[in-house]
Amino acid sequence: METLLYMQTDVFPALLRGFGVSIRLIVPSALVGLAIGIIVGVLRVYGNSFVKIAADLYAGLFRGIPLVIQLFIWYFGLPYFKIFLSPFAASVLGFSLCSGAYHSEYVRGALLSIKRGQMLAAESLGFSKIGMIVSIILPQAVRRALPGAGNEIIYLIKYSSLAYMITCIELTGEGKILASNSFRFTEIFLTVGACYLLMTSVAAIILAKVENHLKIPGFEQQRT
Amino acid sequence: MTSPILRIENLSKKYGQREVLKGVSLEVEKGDLKILIGPSGAGKSTFLHCINFLVKPDEGHVWLDNEEIHPARKRELYAYRQKVGMIFQDFNLFDHLTAFENVRIGLVKVKGIGKDAAGARAAQELERVGLKEHMQKYPSQLSGGQKQRVSIARALAMDPEVMLLDEPTSALDPELIGEVHAVIRDLGKSGMTMIMATHQIGFASSLASEIIFMEDGRILEQGTPSKIFNDPDNSRTREFCSKITDLYGER
Repeated sequence: METLLYMQTDVFPALLRGFGVSIRLIVPSALVGLAIGIIVGVLRVYGNSFVKIAADLYAGLFRGIPLVIQLFIWYFGLPYFKIFLSPFAASVLGFSLCSGAYHSEYVRGALLSIKRGQMLAAESLGFSKIGMIVSIILPQAVRRALPGAGNEIIYLIKYSSLAYMITCIELTGEGKILASNSFRFTEIFLTVGACYLLMTSVAAIILAKVENHLKIPGFEQQRT
Repeated sequence: MTSPILRIENLSKKYGQREVLKGVSLEVEKGDLKILIGPSGAGKSTFLHCINFLVKPDEGHVWLDNEEIHPARKRELYAYRQKVGMIFQDFNLFDHLTAFENVRIGLVKVKGIGKDAAGARAAQELERVGLKEHMQKYPSQLSGGQKQRVSIARALAMDPEVMLLDEPTSALDPELIGEVHAVIRDLGKSGMTMIMATHQIGFASSLASEIIFMEDGRILEQGTPSKIFNDPDNSRTREFCSKITDLYGER
């Protein structure tokens, strides 16, 4: 009875608050990350050599450094240069840039899988290079990148828990505080875990719906 | 004599050490149907790709309507390519678009025509190639012959002055070749200027204004169909034509 009361009066409101913060971290990071990933992916394949090197460098850097370290740099490092970010802003920045680096890899792979003939046909109709990429290549590549990109978004939901390391108190942060006060680690972290599972499950359902919506007869089978 | 609609001078292309085109020149009058024949690897396909700069020639010049094309000037190049339709051996329909959208997209995105007007034009072109009832199908739901007809409609929608056809029927089942030939024949009758590479000698000789025999990156001989098929000057031409006539018959 005491447990139930504690859960009801302390745990539930705190975790709900944390859940809200997590959602507000994840949604913009996922969208911005995806946008960065598409742009950088395109630059890595179609950019001139200077742009290509810069984009490769970005992807290498942000995939190669642990995300916690990146967050520390944004939050604790930037004030050194007189740039002060709130914990929330630093987290979204860190997540977006890291996620974008991963997405760019999926997009790059998808772009490279588009058959040369598609480009020849577009060029022969008088498409400019940018027009061809936007109207012909990307609509196909995005469909092919979707499974990988979805995977990255699921990851993002889970690594959003790192935000509490730079004092952005989201779901995991709230859980940590509750658990330290009450020593009910098992109950609280099981609940927190279930919340993440709920988020990833909903995300997986949404992603499957999107994939289904964008499905084109025979398009997947034409991978050669 | 009228000036040629398309003039090609001295096109050359090397891949590494291999010379694929060794200075090919050609003049095409309005309404001409030039047929390129020759063994595989003769450079027919490279020649066609070089004409609209899908493959950048190392040397050579191209004039359309007496205006030289400078492929480095992107805007000019894109405008030129709209006037030169290209049909590929393996169709190259846009896989993510329906037949209708395949034909419409160039009008909308390249020519900047409104979606409704472009759609009406696309439907008209698809009807012209006999595919009205297949408009909403995706490439994977069409037969090879239907795909090639969509690609012809797609090229025609851009109102080209010249069409380049790179072995348009060689990836097709024999029974599907006829429907594509019928479309090309109608095009010829309507006065379209065309350069076509093909192995279909019978079809070629019944339509062509001139047959061009290519081998090893060069034009070895060119002349009227009856001249090339019955009385060629070059022994290689004779040898090739007799072989290919045996294969594709119907002459």
